[in-house]
Amino acid sequence: MKSVKYTLAGILFGIIMSKSEAISWYRIQEMFRFQSFHMFGIIGTAVITGVIAVWLMKKMKSRDVEGNPISFTDKQKAWRRYLFGGTIFGLGWALTGACPGPVFVLLGQGYLVMIIVIIGSLLGTFVYGLLKNRLPH
Amino acid sequence: MLELIKQPWPWYTSGLAISFIMVILIFFGKSFGFSSNLRTMCSMLGAGKWVSFFNFDWKAQRWNLLFLVGAVIGGFISANWLQSDTPLNLSQATIDDLRKLNIPFDGNIVPSALFNWDFLATGKGLLIFLGGGFLIGFGTRYAGGCTSGHAISGLSNLQIPSLIAVIGFFMGGLVMTHLIFPLIF
Repeated sequence: MKSVKYTLAGILFGIIMSKSEAISWYRIQEMFRFQSFHMFGIIGTAVITGVIAVWLMKKMKSRDVEGNPISFTDKQKAWRRYLFGGTIFGLGWALTGACPGPVFVLLGQGYLVMIIVIIGSLLGTFVYGLLKNRLPH
Repeated sequence: MLELIKQPWPWYTSGLAISFIMVILIFFGKSFGFSSNLRTMCSMLGAGKWVSFFNFDWKAQRWNLLFLVGAVIGGFISANWLQSDTPLNLSQATIDDLRKLNIPFDGNIVPSALFNWDFLATGKGLLIFLGGGFLIGFGTRYAGGCTSGHAISGLSNLQIPSLIAVIGFFMGGLVMTHLIFPLIF
């Protein structure tokens, strides 16, 4: 029963992604063409409220549901992997109009062609694992 | 209440709801990062036999797979019971730009002209869906995260690496939209 909460959180995430239209191929095109505030408003609100929430959790030394102190791990200090990897992901994001979460939400919406995107993304992840030690990080 | 949920949500409601997801996952003792699931799935499929990167305790990521299953269910619920009758409120400028690329705006969440098996059966369609997926999988693992892990979780924790990643996301997206789209569509 303890793990049901993760599925429930996922269901909520799927509904939020759908209703926010962040899963929309059209909305992603609109964003990369700077023709509407919609997606920027969503990401901006999420980040600003997220910054406040994380700051509060640190300040109040919050504990999680199991009573453990909440800790935040810093990302590895580097720039190449973030810039190169980020750019490659951005190409795929604009092309399919979906980032990893929305790919699965769209599958649930009944767009079964997303299975091909999922197969592609598993292949891409596998090839990254294969080449990892040869890539600049 | 249901009627209110069915309406398209304003951006501020959506943004707040997304950071709420991040906060509940943190309170569950986890973190919000969706693309890790792709690595977990590779491990489940036995990729660890060939590549050590996939040789890790993926069962510790079971919670995230449950979250993924929930995301699929959430999409199903939205499509079947939370759909509004109003077409997507896309800006006219985008509609015009896409028309020039021969992609008609049909008011749906994604263009029906592209998201179907007939289009996929064309070489171009396969390249877009399989190739696009490949770029997503390769890029997110290289960058160590996607929109949720970097743009939401990372930026909320004021991580400079995440800011670099987000700049990369946009560079890639702009190149694809403005330079590559005119060549493939």
